[in-house]
Amino acid sequence: MSAILELTNLRKHYATQKAVDDISFSIEQGSIFGLLGPNGAGKTTLLRMITGIFYPDSGHIQFDGKTFDPLNDIIKIGYMPEERGLYKKMKIGEQAMYLAQLKGLSKAEAMQKIKFWFKKLEMETWWNKKVEDLSKGMSQKLQFVTTVLHEPKLIILDEPFSGLDPLNANLIKEEIYGLAKRGSTVIFSTHRMEQVEEICDHIVLVNLGKKILDGTVHNIKQQFKENKFSIKLNELPGTLSAPAFNIVNVNDNELVLQINEGFKSNDILTHFLNNQCTIESFHEILPTLNEIFISQVEGTHATARAFQKIDN
Amino acid sequence: MNKILIIIQREYLSRVMNKRFLLTTILTPLIMVGFIAGAAFLAATDKEMHKIAVVDQNGFFKGNLRDASDIKFEFPTDVDTANYSKKGYTDIIIIPKFEGTAKAEYIIRSKKRIGLSLESKIEDRINDAIEDQMLQQAGIDRAQLDSIKSSSQFAEMKSLEETGDSVKESSAALSYGIGFGSGMLIYITMFIYGAMVMRGVMEEKTNRIAEVMISSAKPFQLMMGKIIGIGAVGLTQFFVWILLIFGIIAASQFFIPQDVLQQVAELQKANAQMGPGGAASIAQAGETAQNLYKFQNTMSTANWPLIIGCFIFYFLGGYLFYASLFAAVGSVVNEDPQDAQSLMLPITMPIIFSFIIMSRAVEDPSTSMATWASIIPFSSPMVMMARIAYGVPGTVPYWQLAASMLTLVGSFLLTTWLSGKVYRTGILMYGKKVGWKEIGKWAFRKN
Repeated sequence: MSAILELTNLRKHYATQKAVDDISFSIEQGSIFGLLGPNGAGKTTLLRMITGIFYPDSGHIQFDGKTFDPLNDIIKIGYMPEERGLYKKMKIGEQAMYLAQLKGLSKAEAMQKIKFWFKKLEMETWWNKKVEDLSKGMSQKLQFVTTVLHEPKLIILDEPFSGLDPLNANLIKEEIYGLAKRGSTVIFSTHRMEQVEEICDHIVLVNLGKKILDGTVHNIKQQFKENKFSIKLNELPGTLSAPAFNIVNVNDNELVLQINEGFKSNDILTHFLNNQCTIESFHEILPTLNEIFISQVEGTHATARAFQKIDN
Repeated sequence: MNKILIIIQREYLSRVMNKRFLLTTILTPLIMVGFIAGAAFLAATDKEMHKIAVVDQNGFFKGNLRDASDIKFEFPTDVDTANYSKKGYTDIIIIPKFEGTAKAEYIIRSKKRIGLSLESKIEDRINDAIEDQMLQQAGIDRAQLDSIKSSSQFAEMKSLEETGDSVKESSAALSYGIGFGSGMLIYITMFIYGAMVMRGVMEEKTNRIAEVMISSAKPFQLMMGKIIGIGAVGLTQFFVWILLIFGIIAASQFFIPQDVLQQVAELQKANAQMGPGGAASIAQAGETAQNLYKFQNTMSTANWPLIIGCFIFYFLGGYLFYASLFAAVGSVVNEDPQDAQSLMLPITMPIIFSFIIMSRAVEDPSTSMATWASIIPFSSPMVMMARIAYGVPGTVPYWQLAASMLTLVGSFLLTTWLSGKVYRTGILMYGKKVGWKEIGKWAFRKN
């Protein structure tokens, strides 16, 4: 598959901060991509450059096989910023129509698509309501619809689930899968790691304006695994220690073990089988993205990013 | 469809397709007419009666001081400054003994302070009485004096303006009315629609829709769409008002009797035959017909197409000049409306100054102050309208009009361009109070 978006050496400096400092990565067409990072890592600035709101100080953006041209490519992008907003006094139907037309749809096309999406997300009765009458979750749904209405090639969602109840969050999640299946690429920016783990194929972690991790969720987990295994036994044998592993934790009949250098997972099983133990379960413990995130970001002063003097 | 058109459409329709717009557009002129009529009615009816005791040591004012609708002079003998209010008088006038031709000081005492207009009215009456007295002393008897007064003729000015070879009637009063009216209208609309633009931008910012919008359209398109859309709302409002005025004039024709209209038509014919400045046959017609004819004749002295054309130009030019500045301020303001107040000041000050200059220029349109102010774009929309009413190219030479229009167009392009840059940065800036220095940096930075 080809890359829909390729960033090379992107840089954007503000007066007191290197918001984005030499970041490069590429995103495959049709994938769901996670852009992670602590608060103030430069995610929003990065997204604003991808959506053409900001111009990068230097670097290159390749979009859909060509150099990114904000004026024309903007209609192929749907962006739902973290700071969401709608015209409060406007009727919901008219609002969706307005935003769709700005994305280049004709009136008839827009009408047809709005009807389709409103029906799908059970919003048909909302048409003549005003935005100010909606609850936070409802306006979130509307915001999502207006973002994806024109079936953009690239959908950028900044914290799409905040404010949604689990039911509606699932509804939106299904739609995101559906959009990816139909060929749209989704960039997903969040710091809720469990969602990333569940949804994303590929992630990039940025911190202090720099990229610190880049890869598929599977590969990154493999990269950071500590060879820990969990084993559950019928009853604990007399002697637990063995050359193949160290015991990290004992909890009733469940053990967490770390394999020593030069041994394999089968060596653990052999050890317990030889001790006449009944093994109820055995699996590898991979680090969660949350743990990786914390281990990577901790200690970099990212929690309180200091202002610095920049010489441009 | 072009994005800017879509934005204009929304900005326009969301304001015009609104019950409040219809109400304010139709009710505002009605309320204004109502206020003026009400004030006039009150002034006419609500008058306090002044019963004034006159202590006249010379003895010739009795019978010569004429009463007015709200003043009654009496000449009691037993009244002094100590007891006049007990005897039922509101004021007391003490007239000094005349000695030669020296200017005498008259004293009026009252419990309540008397107003300026009442004081000058009393002064006029006393002067009239003295004049009468002097004329009588000079040998004109009372009957002669009365007959002279009742038949006296007053001068009525008819000014003619020379333009090249032709002579045209002109009316200073009408020019004043048009100049002041259109200047005032531009002043009010600049504030109303400028503030509307600013509030619209602030709404987009505080509702956080700015980022969504800017990911769909360029900031400049967004700003221009808003400015043009609201400008169109203003034009619509004027259009409705003009229709209303014509409607009222047309409707009032039905209430004028047929024979009066006929007389007016005859007067017009007579005038056409004899040329401007003629129309001596006016005397034959009835009084209403004369008044109506005079009104129509005066109205026709103004160059209406030029005035309306210039009005639309200066309204739009002035609006575009200031609206983009208002938009820039709106984009810089955070949630706090108090910020808006202080940031607006540098924009509202020149508007208020222009109004003051305009109200001077409309009385004397050829001063160098008025001329310069009608070319400088900060004040030209209002001041030039005040001067144009006095005639082009008589009062305002063509070159001045051209210079004024060109600088206005040039400057609104400049302010729009600079505001666009401030807007682009400000609209996405949250939680930071921005000073003028920083705004200046945004406006003049490259790219």
